[in-house]
Formats: sequence, C-alpha cells, structure tokens
Amino acid sequence: MKITKTLNGRKLTLALEGRMDTSTAPELEAVLKNHLDDVEELIIDMAKLEYLSSAGLRVLLGAQKTMNKQGHMTVTNVNDTIMEIFEVTGFSEILTIA
Amino acid sequence: MRELTVKAVIENIQAVTEFVDEQLEMLNCPMKAQMQIDVAIDELFSNIAYYAYHPEVGEATVRVEVTEEPLAVIITFIDNGAPYDPLTSADPDISLSAEERQIGGLGIYMVKKSMDEISYEYQKGQNILKIKKQF
Repeated sequence: MKITKTLNGRKLTLALEGRMDTSTAPELEAVLKNHLDDVEELIIDMAKLEYLSSAGLRVLLGAQKTMNKQGHMTVTNVNDTIMEIFEVTGFSEILTIA
Repeated sequence: MRELTVKAVIENIQAVTEFVDEQLEMLNCPMKAQMQIDVAIDELFSNIAYYAYHPEVGEATVRVEVTEEPLAVIITFIDNGAPYDPLTSADPDISLSAEERQIGGLGIYMVKKSMDEISYEYQKGQNILKIKKQF
C-alpha cells in the first residue's frame, strides 16, 4: 500500500493506494502513530484504495478514537466495495464519510 | 480444480491471493466479487497464520474449484493445526460507538456477509473451511 502524506497546518491528508489488509495495515498504523500529534483535522483519502479487510478497520477505528479526542477525521472517496464493508460492519455509523 | 500448499505465514497471503485471482480472472469474475474474495482470503488465511500452529509454523492448502450454473467458485482452506471452528464465534455488535467497539470477530463476520456459503468441518486432523461465491 502506498501512503501519500500532505500536511497543511494542522490538517493532515493521507491518500491510500492499493490494498489495506493484514500485511499492509501496519504501514498506516505506523504513519498515524508518528504524525498525529498536532493534527486537528485528519482526512483519509481512499480514491485509490481497492479494498480493506478487518485489519484495516482496526487501524481506522484507532485513528477515529484518537481524533475524537483532538479534532475530527473524515474518510473521502470511498468506492462501492469499501462502502459496503463499512455498511455491513457498522463502520458507516462510526466514521464520517464524505 | 487447482490447489496451492504454502507455509501458513502472513507473508504468503499475497501469494495465495495472486493464485486465486489468476483463476478468477480466467473466469471473468466481476471486480467487486473478486475484491470480496480477496478480503475473505486475507481474513481466513491470516487466522490460520496467527492461530492454527501457534507458536510453531505449519502448512496450509488453498483449493479452488469452479461450479457452473450458476457460475461459482468454491475456495477451501485446509490446515492441520489446532481444531478451530470460526463459525462458532459470536457476531460482533455493530451498533456500538467507536469507544465501545471491539474488532474481534469482525473479519469472519465480513466473510459471512459477503460470501454465498461458508462451511467448516474438522476431519482427520484437518480444519477444512469452505467458502462459495457466485457471480
């Protein structure tokens, strides 16, 4: 999975490309661990993400919990396959999807 | 029918996915179904890699079969590890807030929801988990 980071003041955009699964979800977890300190607005751009598995959901949940304390998080450009995963798992209620 | 036997380690999920995808592409499987199958492979093979032989490492076999009318693919995951029926795990409560959420059980729940059939049996020392997806 490729992760492109764009920091603009206190707004961090992470654009994901490829697949977020058991092997690759730790890559996003590592980026979040190191870059969220002063971030008030986190955007996760999924335009080029093909799909995610529960390993990816776990990392998104962690990010959401962190951002609930320090600002807000939005997930953007979700494809149909990923949207269905969010709906089936109830993540569509937890995440802000734009 | 084709099958692949590899060490049940996380690093082999990609090889298993490619092995299955190659056959799905020959069948002109719709992209959405292929992605759902790929997610199922990630969930099921990672379960075997993490738990079946822990703390040892063993092998797992992934078998792909095709049925016609309706066109469907059956993928069987076989390991010789500790008996474990993932279908007995309780479905997660998907109505909880972010703070209350647990991730355990979510993977198998996603597989149950996206596949047309899922079955488990333990036979001759083997865990045999089968998923079927029509397209």
